Amino acid sequence: MAPKIPQQSPLQHSDTVATAGGIPQHAAHPTGWRRWVLTTNHKEIGTLYLIFSLTMFFVGGIFALVVRAELFQPGLQLVEPEFFNQMTTMHGLIMVFAAVMPAFTGLANWMIPLQIGAPDMALPRLNNFSFWLLPVSFTLLLSTLLMPGGGPNFGWTFYAPLSTTYAPSSTTFFILALHIAGISSILGAINIIATILNMRAPGMRLMDMPLFVWTWLITAFLLIAVMPVLAGVITMMLMDINFGTSFFDAGGGGDPVLFQHLFWFFGHPEVYIMILPAFGIVSAIIPTFARKPLFGYASMVYATAAIALLSFLVWAHHMFVVGLPLVAELFFMYSTMLIAVPTGVKIFNWVTTLFRGSISFESPMLFALAFVVLFTIGGFSGLMLAISPADFQYHDTYFVVAHFHYVLVPGAIFAIMAGVYYWLPKWTGHYPNETLAKWHFWFSVIGVNLTFFPMHFAGLAGMPRRIPDYALQFADFNFVSSIGAFFFGASQLLFVLVIVLCVRGGKKAPAKAWEGAVDLEWTVPSPAPLHTFETPPVFQSTDK
Amino acid sequence: MSSTGYYVPPTSRWPILGSLAIGLMMAGLGAQLVYGSATLLIVIGALSIIAVMTFWFRDVISESHLGLYDSQMDRSFRWGMGWFIFSEVMFFAAFFGALFYVRMFAIPWLGGEGAKGVSALLWPNFIAEWPLLNPPDTSVPSPEQVFSPWQLPLVNTLLLVTSSITLTISHEALKTGNRSLCRNWLAGTVLLGCCFIFIQGVEYYEAYQHYGITLEAGIFGSTFFILTGFHGVHVIIGTLILIVMLARVMRGHFEDSQHFAFEASCWYWHFVDVVWLGLFIFVYVV
Repeated sequence: MAPKIPQQSPLQHSDTVATAGGIPQHAAHPTGWRRWVLTTNHKEIGTLYLIFSLTMFFVGGIFALVVRAELFQPGLQLVEPEFFNQMTTMHGLIMVFAAVMPAFTGLANWMIPLQIGAPDMALPRLNNFSFWLLPVSFTLLLSTLLMPGGGPNFGWTFYAPLSTTYAPSSTTFFILALHIAGISSILGAINIIATILNMRAPGMRLMDMPLFVWTWLITAFLLIAVMPVLAGVITMMLMDINFGTSFFDAGGGGDPVLFQHLFWFFGHPEVYIMILPAFGIVSAIIPTFARKPLFGYASMVYATAAIALLSFLVWAHHMFVVGLPLVAELFFMYSTMLIAVPTGVKIFNWVTTLFRGSISFESPMLFALAFVVLFTIGGFSGLMLAISPADFQYHDTYFVVAHFHYVLVPGAIFAIMAGVYYWLPKWTGHYPNETLAKWHFWFSVIGVNLTFFPMHFAGLAGMPRRIPDYALQFADFNFVSSIGAFFFGASQLLFVLVIVLCVRGGKKAPAKAWEGAVDLEWTVPSPAPLHTFETPPVFQSTDK
Repeated sequence: MSSTGYYVPPTSRWPILGSLAIGLMMAGLGAQLVYGSATLLIVIGALSIIAVMTFWFRDVISESHLGLYDSQMDRSFRWGMGWFIFSEVMFFAAFFGALFYVRMFAIPWLGGEGAKGVSALLWPNFIAEWPLLNPPDTSVPSPEQVFSPWQLPLVNTLLLVTSSITLTISHEALKTGNRSLCRNWLAGTVLLGCCFIFIQGVEYYEAYQHYGITLEAGIFGSTFFILTGFHGVHVIIGTLILIVMLARVMRGHFEDSQHFAFEASCWYWHFVDVVWLGLFIFVYVV
């Protein structure tokens, strides 16, 4: 989705440089591959992130289809169980760390400077570094599949001792790859926080910021707080595997449950890292196409902050059956249920924004509306899982798989797609082909529900997750899920088609591509020139 | 908002080369650990990382000298460094969290205490204690004794606390333009850092030779070495940073009012100092 960018004056401050004597490397903006590899421009780096994410979305998708193909019928059909385990693991790791997170970072790169009236990210070279760590990291991670003994096969949550004592030897490479991805996330988050806190246009107060910026500010805080904890826990794994330590070995006085505590202290904020920016995108799109200001702007900000704070206090709801003390079961059950309150505020605000609005149903709006409905389903099943005694039944069944795929696929990924359709006119100067986009939307909605809705039933009836075979009574549900998965996967090719067509041409978009759009990004031309807001705009607060 | 506008650097080759260098070193490290034959790759990777950092910082310094950075850029650096240190705090928090969990829950439960006392069935003869000198599984090597906090660890504590004070004096001298005073106290700080590293090395030697505290010696050795080890690595990095600052002070870099590199180094050093105080209390004393 490379934007068509007119060749512009290459330097921000050629005057300054000229008077100061000049640095030799201040040459014209390079072209060809050098332009992309060496760039410090937030729009180009944003594009790189988005292309990388889309590529990895298909890689992770193919892994998922291997899983669904195997589960199409009961019995061992296509792949060895060992390989099946590697596929479930790699699917999760790639989708979380290489598809969803970089997609949001790419959107942040493109849109945050435009939405706050900044000339670029606060630390542009560091920005490029954050991106290029990702291809390095995931090349290393994917290469483990080709190593002797195979790749990681213990699920994306890599619980010890499966991931230490009983792990394939490639696990060390998996740990190091994840370290690189973690460095990338932390540096990216530092950059985003510095940009938001320091680069806003004069006159823009924090409470004037668009919600996508707000949600990313809070997400960046979460990233900086928990990615180092992930680094810590995988370092302990590395030590247990290679240096004989006993962190997760009860024989030496350690505890495998310690792994789960540390992992989920990272892991639960991590799932909000993957959904808060989605809230921000939806909060931009719904008011635009309902042609009404967002209902309850301030409460949206406070709800986001509340969700982020609570995310540090709920991690053990992933561990209800591991053998926690009763008081921990109760504490984590109630704290988890509490999250429904700020989330409910958000859903209420979106619905109330729609109420008596002049709604039109362009493709971004369709995805955003589907997000509200289907994410809510995922939220409700999450509430069911939060109930500790009930979770004893649901734990590690397909019900959990259904739950988190509802919040991640029609949640996070639909919001990303909504954002892509919403901002493509700004990136390329053309509207996406609305007919194809609508086909993509309907195929996706049908595919998602065909795939994941039956998993609720299979799970409630007791089908365990991460097992390549299942009892006969689950055959019909799995049959439907597999068909849905292939349908959903194939319909994503339409997404690529729409993007490619949009980059190459299409109906010209004006600066303000959508009638009801209000934020600063719609004041710059479409496509956005390489450099925008070199002189900060004066922001007029509208008191939301 | 300054009149010249925010400086956006031109294209740079250091980010991509830095990424490749990190990839090279990680691949080497993995190959060394798994297959045991990649020292050369690690060395090349590490040297490349150092080279990239040198060139990258050189660019930043020359841009700063050219006057391209305004007060807004200065604030970006401050936010960046501040949040970076916060991420480091969380990194150590994971290890402290592991230590607290093991001491407060895992070991008492293995010893038969509380609602999870069922795990005591695994090793009925295990006696819960801290420091854990007798790991549950008798095949795990056990430490013979632990360090007295009032010997080498106390010396190290005094060294690091003193170094924070000397660094502050050096910084104050820089702010008032007294270069020789700044240089001398900074050199003293570097010296104290080196002494700390040396004593830590002596302690590690003692741990392996006479105390039986090794990486393999159960959870005590594990938590001891991961906490003090990562702290030690941070002291080494901090000392290297201060050495670079010393060289820059001696070359006449920095201005009385504008010297964020120096200030950031101070932040980092104080952070390392505070982590040590946590270590001294929770690893050595209690």
